[in-house]
Amino acid sequence: MADPMRIRAQAAGDKTTVRVLMAHEMEGGQRKDAAGKIVPAWYIQEVTATHNGKPVLTAEWGPAVSKNPFLQFVVKGAKAGDKIGVSWKDNRGDTRTDEATVS
Amino acid sequence: MRMTKPLVVAALLFPVGGGAWAQKNAAVQSIEEYRAMLQDGNPADLFEAKGEGLWTQKRGPKNASLEKCDLGKGPGVYKGVFVELPKYFADTGRVQDLESRLLTCMETLQGLDAAAIAKTPFGRGEQNNMTALATWIAAESKGMKFNLPQSHAQEKVFYQVGKRLFFQRGGPHDFSCASCHGEDDKRIRLQDLPNLTKNPGDGVGFAAWPAYRVSNGQMWGMQQRLNDCYRQQRFPYPGFGSDATIALGVYLGVNSQGSASAAPAIKR
Repeated sequence: MADPMRIRAQAAGDKTTVRVLMAHEMEGGQRKDAAGKIVPAWYIQEVTATHNGKPVLTAEWGPAVSKNPFLQFVVKGAKAGDKIGVSWKDNRGDTRTDEATVS
Repeated sequence: MRMTKPLVVAALLFPVGGGAWAQKNAAVQSIEEYRAMLQDGNPADLFEAKGEGLWTQKRGPKNASLEKCDLGKGPGVYKGVFVELPKYFADTGRVQDLESRLLTCMETLQGLDAAAIAKTPFGRGEQNNMTALATWIAAESKGMKFNLPQSHAQEKVFYQVGKRLFFQRGGPHDFSCASCHGEDDKRIRLQDLPNLTKNPGDGVGFAAWPAYRVSNGQMWGMQQRLNDCYRQQRFPYPGFGSDATIALGVYLGVNSQGSASAAPAIKR
């Protein structure tokens, strides 16, 4: 079970800035461990964000994204009290979904 | 002829000196911009959240939480304790820093094996939990000013021991902490080194750790910071929660008196 994300969503006018911090190893699959064996790739491949259940962002990520990635985006028309959901799926099929309320 | 020589020297010196100064300023400024960009998404938040969960989670052979842990302000108090550590604890009869005190609580309250945890390398097993707990407790004192007690005789002894250790040269490079941290405006590559023999100011040095290191994606507590300083000096591993590292903590912490804590910070 993956660790939770930290999601902050702040409304200013008709725009809401969403900042997401995800806890993930994001192993690129190129590194070798102390024994000389390749550390298997393990990274987030799909990211989706929803506003009150309606998809507003989908992204395809690769191994070049950093460990514990930070994602920031702006949602138009989201108001205080709305729900922003973010979910990711990694190349092992593991998923995590978290939700935050716009403030 | 005699009159012109000093003039030529002066003309040569000034542009060179000025150029180096401007260059360094630009480098420092761009690093600060980079840090400001990172500040918004400090992954230390993730460790904070984990530490907060661990505090109340029942764990160990005694199946107990850490909620009765006394970090210096009474059992269960975690706000504001970080800026008053290391300090003397009467129950253990030792001066302890945050991490060694947490270790005491993990042993006495939860029944975990403190010696085994102290021997675990950083970033593995229980040491990960230790770092997360230290990160969260430090974060609960963010912005508060350091005010380490120096009333107990042991605390005064630890300050003096820490000071001696700070200046003690040794190892294959004949290094001391003061070799790098004893003067203003020193750096390793592009990292500015604070002068730790005096108060380095708000959020610098002792007031910045635990910190998340972007370059290796690791969260480091003060124990790991000091351990790595000793590794860089080619000293042997000082031991987790050893009196030597705590004495250095007392020296650095007392020197930082009145400075605000920025921990958990974010580093390159």
